[in-house]
Amino acid sequence: MRILSLAGRRLAASIPTLFLILIGVFLLLQLAPGDTVDALMAQMGGGDAATAQELRKFYGLDLSVPAQLGSYLWHLVRLDLGFSSIYGKPVATVILERLPPTILLMTASLSFAFFFGLLFGVIAARGVNRWPDTMISTLGLIFYATPSFWFGLMAIVVFSVYLQWLPPGGFEDIGTVQTGIWRVLDIAAHLVLPTLTLGLIFLAIYLRIMRASMLEVLNLDFVRTARAKGLDETHVITRHVLRNALLPMVTLIGLQAGTMLGGSVVVESVFSLPGLGRLAYESVVQRDLNTLLGIVFVSALLVISVNFVVDLLYARLDPRIATEG
Amino acid sequence: MDAAKRYFRSPAAVIGLILLLLVIAMAVSAGFLYPRDPLALAGRPLVWPFSNPRFLLGTDNSGRDIAAQIFYGARISLLIGGVATMIAILIGILVGAFAGYYGGWVDNVLMRITEAFQTLPNFVLLLVLVAVFGSTLTTVTIAVGVVSWPAPARLTRAEFLSLRNREFVQAGKTLGMKDVQLILGEILPNALPPVIVYASVVMAVAILLESALAFLRLSDPNVASWGNLIGLGRDVLRVQWYVSAIPGIAILVTVLAVSLVGQGLNDALNPRLKSR
Repeated sequence: MRILSLAGRRLAASIPTLFLILIGVFLLLQLAPGDTVDALMAQMGGGDAATAQELRKFYGLDLSVPAQLGSYLWHLVRLDLGFSSIYGKPVATVILERLPPTILLMTASLSFAFFFGLLFGVIAARGVNRWPDTMISTLGLIFYATPSFWFGLMAIVVFSVYLQWLPPGGFEDIGTVQTGIWRVLDIAAHLVLPTLTLGLIFLAIYLRIMRASMLEVLNLDFVRTARAKGLDETHVITRHVLRNALLPMVTLIGLQAGTMLGGSVVVESVFSLPGLGRLAYESVVQRDLNTLLGIVFVSALLVISVNFVVDLLYARLDPRIATEG
Repeated sequence: MDAAKRYFRSPAAVIGLILLLLVIAMAVSAGFLYPRDPLALAGRPLVWPFSNPRFLLGTDNSGRDIAAQIFYGARISLLIGGVATMIAILIGILVGAFAGYYGGWVDNVLMRITEAFQTLPNFVLLLVLVAVFGSTLTTVTIAVGVVSWPAPARLTRAEFLSLRNREFVQAGKTLGMKDVQLILGEILPNALPPVIVYASVVMAVAILLESALAFLRLSDPNVASWGNLIGLGRDVLRVQWYVSAIPGIAILVTVLAVSLVGQGLNDALNPRLKSR
């Protein structure tokens, strides 16, 4: 219970942050050249000034900036993100439609990066300064420096064009209607390359942190005690070292959540996945500022919820945190 | 001098420095080796690398020399990376110094703003900034700098928090020094080294951010940049994959070089941490 109230307090503290972001971005978007009505008129093929005037009045764009901001926030409290004139639907609907692929992609990439980062980090730390460590650390450095979109393109060339093992893009095969397990497998096949592409840089970060954190914990007294008790090495690592070495890794998930969401903008564009990131890109190109603001809100919300979960996990891993707070 | 000796003892740091010097040499020699506009048409489109001695790295979809674009691209990447990093470090130091030195409500307000910037995915904020201010070289550079300052700010704040109650600061206070003098003249020089080392991380990320933006065709289209070329090569990816492959390697090498130099500096300046 203590854990929950602690994490809950952190969650409550992030509400002002959320409003700060929204107000900041809202005011920033006021400086953008052109508004919804301009975009709409352009789509209709132009129109006279009177129509524009009428439309502005309809969308409430003739009000003063503070009044518009107030009305936006008031609608937001009721989970109304406004209307996207480009898609002809409420922004909330547009975003909800695009959310599942992004969440799926982020979860898959995070799991991939976390699991292999942990594995390689442990292997590197076990053989510190010997060849497995050197190889893994070098690979980590190279992965860290690889632009994700470039890796994605090269993966398409190798695995989709030459080997033809995996589809080059899209979320599922739209040519054939599939149901049940086949649909799941189809989506999974489409997500393999995007997951690897997005996860690569995080894999590099996680393995570096895991290696450093393992090396630190391995030198602590309780590890010597465990060894002195006569426990075998596997037992020492899995039961004693790992749990303590995991803490910085979990912290990192929270810190990297935003970066990962930003990375998915690029990765979704490379693999033409219909996700939130691609929507962000499209709304910039199409000047759909209402949708862009909605995406800002939802991404901040996502980052905050990831951090909430991380707080819970953290307290679960290290009971001292819950009692100290 | 000890630090320099330690730096050159690490092979990774030396390799990083050599690679970085190589990229800088490319940027410097671009105008001399390729006096013509790198974005001008040079020959037949889609010539494969190493097939025509005139175009060592081949030509892109519209017949522009890839090698020339790579050399000029080094300028753009280093320019944007360098200037954006300076902007980010400058804002970061200012915010971090004030927050750490004064504490209290100043710290509270500044950290709230920092938190807001960290909660919003920086690439999404970058998209918003580009949507609002357009995508010229100047605006993109400033935008990349503006989204990158929170981490250096937190680092500077932490340094200031640990330094502000030391004896030398209190001695300065007793001497009647002004806050600005104390912050800039006394504490900052001591807080600077870790921030400078961290600048390499900021620069690596800045180069990657700009190239991603250029790849999405949201950066300045009128300059020869590596990201632009990768985006262009995407249209002919199935057969002429080299158009995208070559600039990607250039980005990889540059970012790798910057990170290696940064890590080498870190190990040389904090020898105690090296064993990690």
